[in-house]
Amino acid sequence: MLDVQVIENMEELLTVNNLKKHFPLQKGFIDNLLAKEKGFVRAVDGVSFSIKKGEVLGLVGESGCGKTTTGRLILRLLEPTSGDVFYNGKSIFSYSKKEMEGMREKLQIIFQDPYASLSPRMAIGKAIGHPLAIHNHKPKAEVEQISLEIMEKVGLTPASFLFKKYPHQLSGGQRQRVVIARALVTNPEFVVADEPIAMADVSVRAMILELMVQLKEEFDLTYLFITHDLATSKYICDRVAIMYLGKIVEMGPLEEVFKNPIHPYTGTLLAAVPVPDPKYRRTYPIPKGEIPSPINPPPGCRFHPRCASAKSMCSIHEPELVEVHSGHWVACFE
Amino acid sequence: MARILEIEDLSVHFPINIGTVRAVEGVDLQLEQGEVMGLVGESGCGKSTLGFSILRLLRPPGEIVGGRILYHGQDIVRMGEKEILSLRGNRIAMIFQDPLTSLNPLFRIDKQFIETLLTHEKGLAKGEAFNRAEKMLEDLGISPERLLEYPHQMSGGMRQRIMIGLGLILNPDLLIADEPTTSLDVIVEAQFLDLLNGLRRQYDLTILLITHNLGNVAQLADRITVMYGGSIAEVGPAEAIFENPLHPYTQGLLSSIPNIKLDQPKLVTMPGSPPDLVNPPQGCVFHPRCSHTMDICRHEKPYVSKEDGHLVRCWMYR
Repeated sequence: MLDVQVIENMEELLTVNNLKKHFPLQKGFIDNLLAKEKGFVRAVDGVSFSIKKGEVLGLVGESGCGKTTTGRLILRLLEPTSGDVFYNGKSIFSYSKKEMEGMREKLQIIFQDPYASLSPRMAIGKAIGHPLAIHNHKPKAEVEQISLEIMEKVGLTPASFLFKKYPHQLSGGQRQRVVIARALVTNPEFVVADEPIAMADVSVRAMILELMVQLKEEFDLTYLFITHDLATSKYICDRVAIMYLGKIVEMGPLEEVFKNPIHPYTGTLLAAVPVPDPKYRRTYPIPKGEIPSPINPPPGCRFHPRCASAKSMCSIHEPELVEVHSGHWVACFE
Repeated sequence: MARILEIEDLSVHFPINIGTVRAVEGVDLQLEQGEVMGLVGESGCGKSTLGFSILRLLRPPGEIVGGRILYHGQDIVRMGEKEILSLRGNRIAMIFQDPLTSLNPLFRIDKQFIETLLTHEKGLAKGEAFNRAEKMLEDLGISPERLLEYPHQMSGGMRQRIMIGLGLILNPDLLIADEPTTSLDVIVEAQFLDLLNGLRRQYDLTILLITHNLGNVAQLADRITVMYGGSIAEVGPAEAIFENPLHPYTQGLLSSIPNIKLDQPKLVTMPGSPPDLVNPPQGCVFHPRCSHTMDICRHEKPYVSKEDGHLVRCWMYR
């Protein structure tokens, strides 16, 4: 496990240490009256990792594995149950509300759904400049100038023409560019990209992905790239962390994890990726079983009920994330 | 092989206040008995509209304005309401993207099966219907006790399996699957494709698999049809489409999808965006985005050129 020493290592921009988020289950009035024991959804249950400056870490997993919750905790859009997030060596949970607002200029997020994350009643030029209007009280003309510049950079051209348009007048790809421009307008250092291309069409996906890679270089960004799609992560991530039921089961350099997956879950996940080529048609069936509920996760290793190589100890003890090769971490007894 | 479905020169229009959306324009498509045909394209290309037309399930103002849809030689376009009702479910089944909105949340799973069976097979005993539902659940790899549950008690993957079970319980010979795995996670999706592949043989099905996911069609389809802007760009055997795509749109589409098995550092991006189907471009609908545009492409719609069952609508191959 990572511990506090890592934080002193200054090349880590962001360090997450044993982060947990348990959401209490909503219960009925009678149950509350009888004071029955409260259940929790263990959405994130002890996640630790760090990201170096300029790096892209992919957080990959199926729905409900806790990847989005992790992203939100890192930006303190949610308060954790326990654990800590260090940004430039300082815990982000130690900031006051006011200080945190200042930090938000440096920590930004790109959401999945450009329909839901843009106000339908705000012209896109204004929406893009909105974070600037909130964070630093620059004159209107200057905000407009900066917004136009960033629009050019994300490919929203001709910028002056699109400036006054509303989201419904744009295509899906353009809308996602607006969301990206809005995240980058404050000149952030660290961006959580939460499934930024999941809603887009095939040909648009490639464009947005390329744009994100190009902007990363241009703005000297560090990304946490949250995705369910392993094939996509290949084109942007330096390292990947695979999550299952609130925990990281495997983490390492992208090539290493893809070519030499150690955790059985990673193996299944990789095998399930549909390859767009009939040459690679899968000839063996994918093991049965689905991700269990995070309310009562299985004891021991959370994957053991679905694991083909599970042994008796796997149902009792929980494997820790250990480094098996340099930089390649796995939580499995094998 | 017998021809189960033959679509000839089909056009579907949606008259709306700003003009007419030409969602499907002059489409020809043939399905042979027992094959899986993958129908691929991006949102708005007309693939779902085409699927809905086959069962005459188009929502107003959408209507079939021309062409024929021959199912075992009978023209569905000209059928009366009664005749089409006897086809739906009995002979042709359709499953949709989101099982949560297609299953009735207020009815237990057994009731949904029994209702389906009793509606179509008058005089069937309820007990017999229940037994058939139990047998179906076994085929789907779900324990039969779960018939007594409600849809919300099941996982997404299970709900989608129930959907396909409801589709197959009446023994249709043609299944139209419209984005069946889009709401599923990658492992569950792969499991579902495995199931579909098994059921296809067991139930002797012909499947029209409508999807934007080229990975899925590569896994399952025997032949592939690529649609763009309401028209068919290319049709051919799956291997031929992937190995030797002829249409510039197919070429662009294939090189812009992430492939986990390839050592390709960058994705190729296709400039431009799909056409406005109210005012589609003159000539070939793809010409404004095409890098091989010739003069003729701007004025004349390309006709089909053939090469061993591999059809393409592009002037480069005339």
